[in-house]
Amino acid sequence: MRFRHMLASVALGVVTLAASGAKAVEIEYWQYVFDTRVKAMTQLIAKFQEANPDIKVKQTTFPYADYQTKVAAAILAGQGPDVVQLFYGWTDNFIAGKMIRPLRAEAFPAAEIERDFFPIISAMKRGNDYYGLPTAVRSLALFYNKKIFKDAGLDPNNPPKTLEELVAAAEKTTKRDGSGNITSAGMTLDMGGQDHQWWREVLIRQFGGVPYTDNDTKVAYNDEAGLKALTFYTDLQKKHKVGQTGFMDEGQAAFRAGLAAMTIDGTFRLGSFGTIKSFEWGVTELPANAQGVRSNYASYFANAITTKAEGEKLAAAEKFLKYVSSPDAMKIWMEVVGELPARRAAALTPENIAHPVYGPFLKGLEYSHTTLFKDETAQRQGAIDMVNRVLIGGEDPKTSLAKAAEAEQAIIDRAKR
Amino acid sequence: MSVIAHQQVAAGGLWSRMSLGQKQRIWAWGFLAVPLLFYVVIRFWPTFQAFYLSVTDWTITRPAAFVGLENYKRLLADALFWQVFRNTFLYLILGTPISLLISFTVAYYLDRVRFMHSFIRALYFLPFLTTAAAMAWVWRWFYQPVPIGVINDILASFGIPQQPFLRSTTQALPAVLAPAVWAGLGFQIIIFLAGLRAIPVTYYEAARIDGLSEGAILRRITIPLLKPTLVFLVVFSSIGFLRIFDQVYNINTNDPGGPLNSTKPLVLMIYQTAFSSYEMGYAAAQTVVLFVILLVISLVQLRIMRDR
Repeated sequence: MRFRHMLASVALGVVTLAASGAKAVEIEYWQYVFDTRVKAMTQLIAKFQEANPDIKVKQTTFPYADYQTKVAAAILAGQGPDVVQLFYGWTDNFIAGKMIRPLRAEAFPAAEIERDFFPIISAMKRGNDYYGLPTAVRSLALFYNKKIFKDAGLDPNNPPKTLEELVAAAEKTTKRDGSGNITSAGMTLDMGGQDHQWWREVLIRQFGGVPYTDNDTKVAYNDEAGLKALTFYTDLQKKHKVGQTGFMDEGQAAFRAGLAAMTIDGTFRLGSFGTIKSFEWGVTELPANAQGVRSNYASYFANAITTKAEGEKLAAAEKFLKYVSSPDAMKIWMEVVGELPARRAAALTPENIAHPVYGPFLKGLEYSHTTLFKDETAQRQGAIDMVNRVLIGGEDPKTSLAKAAEAEQAIIDRAKR
Repeated sequence: MSVIAHQQVAAGGLWSRMSLGQKQRIWAWGFLAVPLLFYVVIRFWPTFQAFYLSVTDWTITRPAAFVGLENYKRLLADALFWQVFRNTFLYLILGTPISLLISFTVAYYLDRVRFMHSFIRALYFLPFLTTAAAMAWVWRWFYQPVPIGVINDILASFGIPQQPFLRSTTQALPAVLAPAVWAGLGFQIIIFLAGLRAIPVTYYEAARIDGLSEGAILRRITIPLLKPTLVFLVVFSSIGFLRIFDQVYNINTNDPGGPLNSTKPLVLMIYQTAFSSYEMGYAAAQTVVLFVILLVISLVQLRIMRDR
């Protein structure tokens, strides 16, 4: 008898739960594990749920290495997220796999997006449709070690502004031992890090070329400008001897250890460099060329709505996406993660522009480019190999450049099929 | 209720009519079925799936379409594949003899050492217990240029020019191979020691009474009687070197496979094609090729075993 009683009360409880559950729509949000990003998103979800008590957002995270595979497998199996975070470079793949849906123009008018966001948002556009919106964006800048600058007799508050000044400063700050081995580099050379982006979207443009044409589907750097850009880069090691690929294993490691005067890296490195105690460092815009032309490479993770979200979940997902790409959310994201707001109005406040660290990155956003990678890892490998052929294999830069262009075109063409 | 009872009676009837031998066989197969099923589902089925995938252009996100032998044609025309093929066999033909020679020499002399025998043996075995990834990272730092690379620091202090090691297309592969050989030594030494101990002492005594030199004893008695051990180790380490991955990947993560692919083995190429470029079909074709290579080598090994 008592048992039946218990059973009845449990059944009643289940019914009540189900009834109350039906009122709140639950949507799932997926992103990869990165401590500060998860923390920021948890805060955003709490705020969003406060404002929208009828919507519950469940956050799921897992390691970056499996991220793409798992998202693809889950959505194709009809499971997984309603709102998903993806690198802008994966967009083609996700669309081809029917994993994400275009944002409805009624909810997200294209004109507004183009007015409010930085121009790099175009990387999320296919035809007339946008497929996602970022909360934050990342750009590159030149980090420099103020202590090494001072020791070398350079003004630590006047970092290089042009490529010429960069080379001069690097020459002054390089230290070598008796046999000529570098013991402290003037400039880090690490194609596997951010240097390939610097070469591709910045140096090539500064030497008068463009890396790609036709929406980044035709490799265009196999010309005079590309050659000059490559030669400038490899000369840092071969001619000026101010850096060496592989020195201290990685460029960022060399800088962290105080054994490199300058390195090019992104906003995402701020957290790591922020813990440096042994010296003071500064950030400045990527150097301009002699004519004052500047460029930068910007990238971002966007949030998109998956094909799994239908009906009321779709409406809830749209609300959530609107919130996480709102100026409010961007402010929280910048405070917690350290990434720059993707909306101009939220980013370019006088306070942010004057900020000694964020300022240079923000200025870079105004004239930055994004590469529409088809297979980022493979395309980066192509750039690494191109430089290695010159620096290790002793190959002529012109030949190496031609090989790199041909190989990269093949990667792009294969992805198109 | 009554239906179930009826079935139980029927089953009970069938069971009681069986002989003891039949029952034992049913029990045996019942237990064997579990691992068998596991193997079929976890091992064999994916293997056949890989054969099927290798003739499609599946990319995870896009549905698979049949492309015939397209992937294999691409593989044969891919310069990277031949480079990787060469690297893989370099690991094999350098790694196996070198590691066996060293481990045999160590085992041969260690067998005669009584002083701290177990301790020395444990020291040799220690690297085998270490995670390959961790070890690769330690060696990665050993090989760095000055000022942090231990090896180059020593070279520089003697006035010898520093060596690029991992940053060289010619030195990188041997540099990656060295820790791999070192890590495997412990295991091979233990197996050799067991093999040496298994040779009856009377043979040696007889040989010594007959006045055979130590060299002759080694050539005429020790090595021939060690053949089963040797065959086992050759096969075991060959397969190990053909499947080398952790060391190579971790020792050079910022340019996986070494500068200009100088250290990239087949397994790493498969990994990158599948999980970085998501070209599953092409990766499956590479896997099939690796499968065939391993199969051929295993068959050759069986042949040698039979000749014994």
